[in-house]
Amino acid sequence: MTTLQRPARTPRRTPVSWVRRGGLSNLLFMLPLLVIFGVFSWKPIVEAVVMSLQKTNLVSPATFIGLDNYVKVLSDPQLGQAALNTLYFAFLALLFGYPVPLVVAVLMSEVKRMRGLYSALAYLPVVVPPVVAVLLWKVFYNADPNGPFNTVLGWVGIPPQPWLQSAASAMPSLVLEATWAAAGGTIIIYLAALTSVSPDLYDAAEIDGAGIWKKVWHVTLPQLRGVLLITFILQIIGTAQVFLEPFLFTNGGPANSTSTILLLIYRYAFQNSLGGNYGAATALSVMLAVFLAIFSLIYFRLTKSWSSN
Amino acid sequence: MKSPRKAIAIAAVGLASAGLLSACSADAGTPDDGKVRISVASLIPGTEQAAFDAFDARVAEFEELNPDIDVEPVEYEWKATTFTAQLAGGTLPDVFRIPLTDGRTLIANGQLADLTTQVEALPYFDQFNPSVLATAQDDAGNIYGIPREAYAIGLHYNRDLFEQAGLDPDDPPTTWDEVREDAKAIAEKTGQAGYMQMTQSNTGGWQTTAAAVSRGGRMEEGEGDTTTVTLDNDATKETLEFLKELRWTDNSMGSNFLFDWGTINQAFAAGQIGMYTSGSDIFTSLTRENNLDPAIYGLAAIPITDSPDAAIMGGGTLNVVSAKATDEQKDAAVKWIDFYDVSKLVDQDAAVADAKILADQEQAVGTPALPIFDQATLDQSREWIADYINVPQDQVSYFAEGNEGRTLVGEPTVKTQELYAALDTVVQAVLTDQNADIDALLAQANSDVQALVDAG
Repeated sequence: MTTLQRPARTPRRTPVSWVRRGGLSNLLFMLPLLVIFGVFSWKPIVEAVVMSLQKTNLVSPATFIGLDNYVKVLSDPQLGQAALNTLYFAFLALLFGYPVPLVVAVLMSEVKRMRGLYSALAYLPVVVPPVVAVLLWKVFYNADPNGPFNTVLGWVGIPPQPWLQSAASAMPSLVLEATWAAAGGTIIIYLAALTSVSPDLYDAAEIDGAGIWKKVWHVTLPQLRGVLLITFILQIIGTAQVFLEPFLFTNGGPANSTSTILLLIYRYAFQNSLGGNYGAATALSVMLAVFLAIFSLIYFRLTKSWSSN
Repeated sequence: MKSPRKAIAIAAVGLASAGLLSACSADAGTPDDGKVRISVASLIPGTEQAAFDAFDARVAEFEELNPDIDVEPVEYEWKATTFTAQLAGGTLPDVFRIPLTDGRTLIANGQLADLTTQVEALPYFDQFNPSVLATAQDDAGNIYGIPREAYAIGLHYNRDLFEQAGLDPDDPPTTWDEVREDAKAIAEKTGQAGYMQMTQSNTGGWQTTAAAVSRGGRMEEGEGDTTTVTLDNDATKETLEFLKELRWTDNSMGSNFLFDWGTINQAFAAGQIGMYTSGSDIFTSLTRENNLDPAIYGLAAIPITDSPDAAIMGGGTLNVVSAKATDEQKDAAVKWIDFYDVSKLVDQDAAVADAKILADQEQAVGTPALPIFDQATLDQSREWIADYINVPQDQVSYFAEGNEGRTLVGEPTVKTQELYAALDTVVQAVLTDQNADIDALLAQANSDVQALVDAG
């Protein structure tokens, strides 16, 4: 026979019990963080989404115009080119910027002497303020035959290159500088990850007769895959938001060959001295954020099985 | 029982949060000494110290004459991009400068203060050139700005490079064909760019428009919503073909093709450019910010063709006041504008005082300009300061001589900056792609800008 049993009585949640259980002190301790994030992060995000539905010059009162800004942005002939340019930048950055730090980190981990010096040298470009670095490279990229890079090329018999002054070479030139500037940070991450790889695995591989490349392929890379997957997505997100290099080097030129999504956002907001189109700028920003969020989700879903050991 | 330590910690965090919140809303406060405070645009960032000293001397003089006004100078440079951000962010000074072309739109947007009462009270109000003053008025005739200066596009050239190339610096080119010949000679003999044009930050469109106007072209027809964009006119095509020939046939434009107003001035002052077109008033900037040696500077009139519509393009700046200014600040602002910028054109004492301070600090006096009143008034003001003029007048005389009897036209008035931005892309393509299709590029730019005009 079964009897109905009253479920065990759970204590009622009252404000007093919430305080007794430490709810108030938790809230108070979190309050500074909530306020700072709320005021400086979440509020601007919400305001940006609202602004993407408005027509405003930030001086006159704003008016709601529904999805007009989104329609305008999507029908802008410049959007296609900016998206392609951004993809091109991301592709070139992956091609050069992704493997280079890994190779350098692996080589550096093999070096036994003066490793600290090499690490410092590799990290040095990261310490240079980005704007200073770009202006410095702008001098290097002087397309004159007497420009620094062209002078060096001249020593080995290569004719002067136009660097930033041609639609074909401008984007690769930007990527070259960006790779130089960012590689140091990634190298440090890889070096840290490499120290966690057990030497026993290398010893075992060596006993099995593996050379350096086989050790890298069969030991190093599989052991680093978690870090590699994270740096990959971070690089994709970073390159999708590239702004500094095209803005300072070429301002999107020559003939829009280096205009990127973020530069287009900047132009919507600031190019016209008579009151920028902040609605269109925020609409495109929201679209980019949503795209990157969806991309990241899919990426993590697809790579979930690879990243777990 | 709660421990006292926990209670103290909670109280401390609570207080810290409250302090943070109150800090966010804290008001810096202003001393209540009865003075009217105005911030005014001073000089371009990066200007040499002597020029700031000269400016500060004028401020001190003004404050002595007006003890109830406190003037705070703020470094300022008008750039399309930074101006928009400053306007939206509310960080512009109370008194600032804008191009004549922007006046009417900023008025319509409610972004400028109405100065009608103050400007009409100025003793020289009736003498303003009506077409210049119109750029600062709304349809009802209310006045929102005071003309500051007017200029025409001129051909600036490096006398030193001319000599090195075997050319006579006292015989500057007067036709576009001569410009091409001289540019080729300079490039061949000196290795520097014989001729260059701005291409970035809307200045490429600005200078292409000036060159097209000199060949009889106009970028727009009609007014307001009914404007037809005509930037694909024959004169623009001729201008771009001219650049294409210099770049790809003669190779006389050097190797750097991404210049804006500031960087082309820098390159010219550094002796890297033989000739370029820009506003006639840039000598001040060339010497003040770029250390140009005045001895190498020459200014000629921009060449114009035989076309009946061929003209020189002019421009200028307005002094305006923030829409947020109080009535007292507007009064003080107009007094300052009158003192610093305008009275020196109509009052002998003011003219001499201004010129003396500038000359003492070795700043340019006598830069070529166009009248914001009339030619006689400008000539008169130049006579008053004749002793202080230090801009080498014989080296810039070709500008005034060449422009005698020519027609002056203003910049396009509808969607000016967008039109210039569209032309930037076309000029850059012509200079960096040998196979650029000028007709197709112009047709695309024309339809893009027309769509923007139609959208209002």
